Amino acid sequence: MSTDVTAKAPAPTPPGKGGSGAGGGLLQLVLDGMRRNMRQYGMLIALGLIVVLFAVWTEGDLLLPRNVSNLVLQNSYILILAIGMMLVIIAGHIDLSVGSLTAFVGSIAAVFMVNNDIAWPLAVVLCLAIGAAAGAAQGFFIAYLGIPSFIVTLAGMLVFRGATEIFLEGQTLGPFPEGLQKVANGFLPEVGPETNYHNLTLLLGLALIAFVVLQEVRDRKRQKEFALEVPPANLFVLKLVALSAAVLVVTLLLASYKGAPIVLLILGALVVGFGYVMRNAVIGRHIYAIGGNLPAAKLSGVKDKKVTFLVFLNMGMLAALAGLVFAARFNAASPKAGLNFELEAIAASFIGGASMSGGVGTVLGAIIGGLVLGVLNNGMNLVGIGTDYQQVIKGLVLLAAVGFDVWNKRRVGS
Amino acid sequence: MAGPVLEMRSIVKTFPGVKALSDVTLTVQQGEVHAICGENGAGKSTLMKVLSGVHPHGTYEGDILFEGDVCAFKDIRASEQQGIVIIHQELALVPYLSIAENIFLGNEHATRGFINWNDTLRHAAELLRRVGLDEHPETRVADIGVGKQQLVEIAKALSKKVKLLILDEPTAALNDEDSGKLLDLILDLKTQGITSIIISHKLNEIRRVADSVTIIRDGRSIETLDVSSEETTEDRIISGMVGRDLENRFPERTPHQPEEGVAPALEIRNWTVHHPIDQQRKVVDDVSIQVRRGEIVGIAGLMGAGRTELAMSVFGRTYGRHTGGTVLKDGKEIRTRTVPEAVAHGIAYVTEDRKHYGLNLIDNINRNISLSALDKVAKRGVVDEHDERQVSEGYRRSMNIKAPTVFEPVGKLSGGNQQKVVLSKWIFAGPDVLILDEPTRGIDVGAKYEIYTVIDRLAAEGKAVVFISSELPELLGMCDRIYTMAAGRLTGEFSRSEASQESLMRQMTKDKEVTR
Repeated sequence: MSTDVTAKAPAPTPPGKGGSGAGGGLLQLVLDGMRRNMRQYGMLIALGLIVVLFAVWTEGDLLLPRNVSNLVLQNSYILILAIGMMLVIIAGHIDLSVGSLTAFVGSIAAVFMVNNDIAWPLAVVLCLAIGAAAGAAQGFFIAYLGIPSFIVTLAGMLVFRGATEIFLEGQTLGPFPEGLQKVANGFLPEVGPETNYHNLTLLLGLALIAFVVLQEVRDRKRQKEFALEVPPANLFVLKLVALSAAVLVVTLLLASYKGAPIVLLILGALVVGFGYVMRNAVIGRHIYAIGGNLPAAKLSGVKDKKVTFLVFLNMGMLAALAGLVFAARFNAASPKAGLNFELEAIAASFIGGASMSGGVGTVLGAIIGGLVLGVLNNGMNLVGIGTDYQQVIKGLVLLAAVGFDVWNKRRVGS
Repeated sequence: MAGPVLEMRSIVKTFPGVKALSDVTLTVQQGEVHAICGENGAGKSTLMKVLSGVHPHGTYEGDILFEGDVCAFKDIRASEQQGIVIIHQELALVPYLSIAENIFLGNEHATRGFINWNDTLRHAAELLRRVGLDEHPETRVADIGVGKQQLVEIAKALSKKVKLLILDEPTAALNDEDSGKLLDLILDLKTQGITSIIISHKLNEIRRVADSVTIIRDGRSIETLDVSSEETTEDRIISGMVGRDLENRFPERTPHQPEEGVAPALEIRNWTVHHPIDQQRKVVDDVSIQVRRGEIVGIAGLMGAGRTELAMSVFGRTYGRHTGGTVLKDGKEIRTRTVPEAVAHGIAYVTEDRKHYGLNLIDNINRNISLSALDKVAKRGVVDEHDERQVSEGYRRSMNIKAPTVFEPVGKLSGGNQQKVVLSKWIFAGPDVLILDEPTRGIDVGAKYEIYTVIDRLAAEGKAVVFISSELPELLGMCDRIYTMAAGRLTGEFSRSEASQESLMRQMTKDKEVTR
């Protein structure tokens, strides 16, 4: 079915037609487009360079299918947190409690499943609800009582870390039920005939490409219908080819190992879902508005308190999800779990284009920022750089990324 | 006159992609007050930044001669050492430091890095006397009004041994009384031998204090006029600024005929509001007003009269503590306790402070326009970006918002265009009643006319418009009826034919003196 769709997809814009435009103008157009979105492209290019650097340095080990798969699993919980953190930062706040909350929910999960034998799907739902409640509690203090988020979540950071230790009595608790482990560590099941690749992953990848291409083509058609300006055809085709190629490469890498990790699918769904909400949903717009100019948003009828509350509730739920994934991956809840996760998530958001003063940033940016850190971690581990130097390097990368942003803004602004 | 103190010759300043100044020549005589006039974006502020070293020597072409010497300022400090001090539109004071600390900020009376407080306070008190500010030097700047803060800025300039004082729209945020005091001070400084350059939109001020006026248009100096000459009328200056004869400053308007037996679109009865912090103080005291469909009703008042406070407390209780009064829409009592409630009842409030309360400056035109009525372009909580863009493109054309696309950040637009975006935003919300608070503040003459036309059109479409303004000619030119307020109370109501600047001003100042 999916092959059928991919065959059709490029048809509406034959590449021959698109390419027949001004040959030299294409590069110009690409550069113009990049200049306009310097931040996002800049980080994307930086990510590409870091990947190439470590691929060469590790003599290709970085891009071994096994390692790519590992990279996704290793970073999944930080990426999940980064999505939520990006929303918090866009709204003009900060959340320091997510690392502790991650550990806290992990410990509760262990108490539920290990000590009390509660069925794991039920336990997962309960844990997410507890995370949401913890986030909501902090959100209540921030939104309705007007206590600065820095203070409230700093308190939360201490409270949840302490509560974790109380729950676990300083011990490590495990193992988790097999079902949950499979979700956190497992891969998609295999179907169909024996090929050298993981069939279902391949199919999913192709379906994703088809979906993206179709969506873009439909979008363009609608824009034309409304007589709105669209980017030139050759640039459009180039964008589609680049997008498809990127998806294809990752799909092939994953498919030649054990297939797509289930966590990757969860993460993908979160990125698409939150990306859509932030871009197209009314509440997403309201989050940008309150972060960009709170008094103006209030006077425009935005329910700022409710929006802030929901942003923190959401952060709590995502922290719970990250806590479950983390605990299940290591098959134990530990009092030291999630240490410094909040700082990684905050760094990922800022590397990915968030602004201290709020109102700016994208979900995709948070992912790119998280991947920059993730690839750095993974690559440095592979070449044997110690964790001491790793921290120094990551710190400098954060400084450089934001420094570039500040410099770029000043350049454009003056 | 003792010859020119300052000459700027053929100044050209380009920014990437824009030529901000293409050929400006300015000659300021020793000891005069020289006004600079021009539409927003004409290049006045850029010119002053070139002069004061904000744009350092080498980033512009042309020569600056101060007291006969060619100057090459590399930063503001360098120009201040020569005695050129600029006071920006946005005051550069630190709110939580005292007046004295602010005056000597960066220029402290200190020995080996330790501040000598006695010297500081004594010298500050002396400077405050010179500018006629009756405040203790240790008072926090946050605790005094904008008018007094302006005086602190001038005291700060005096402390730097200023010879040439540049004031960028010094009265923009001041009420008439404070403006008057400030202008007197400028004249007083003139007698002490300090030359001033004053950038202003207010032509009556220019007539009052300036000796000559240079008009700048599209980055060029057009002409320098002698203000004392009979030919230099306000209309003459305006036509120089806009490059055309401005026959009418206001659109032709057919006065509204009140319909019999129809309830007013908006009626406010016995509205009382207390100050949010100082609970004893009544900021709005028992005010009742009404406005009908198709009518433009003005509210005149000096600063502190309670006009904005009245509007904002009606619009979703966004100001103060409301203690009494009711709002009626089309004769029925309504609740407007929150902004969404007020909007749902068809009330829109366009703020006087668009940068802080009206716009998300880092976001684009498109999203600013749609923000207050996102539901109109959304289905089940999801915004249809195509619909949204069509809407904003429509307003960009119909309101003549000058921007290449609707994806331009509003922070980059000029004041006039920003105001058009705020207006578009609220027109899109589809209100029956629009409360416009100083809709033409800080925007140039050409854009003002466009805004007036829009307001006129809204009234013609049957909307009720409440027009709050500090500029009396504007109220007289636009309104069917005008209320006056003073110290939180309603002090008068005038029909279009009864109202004159003098009669309004009398009511605007009346109650204030009684309560004192």
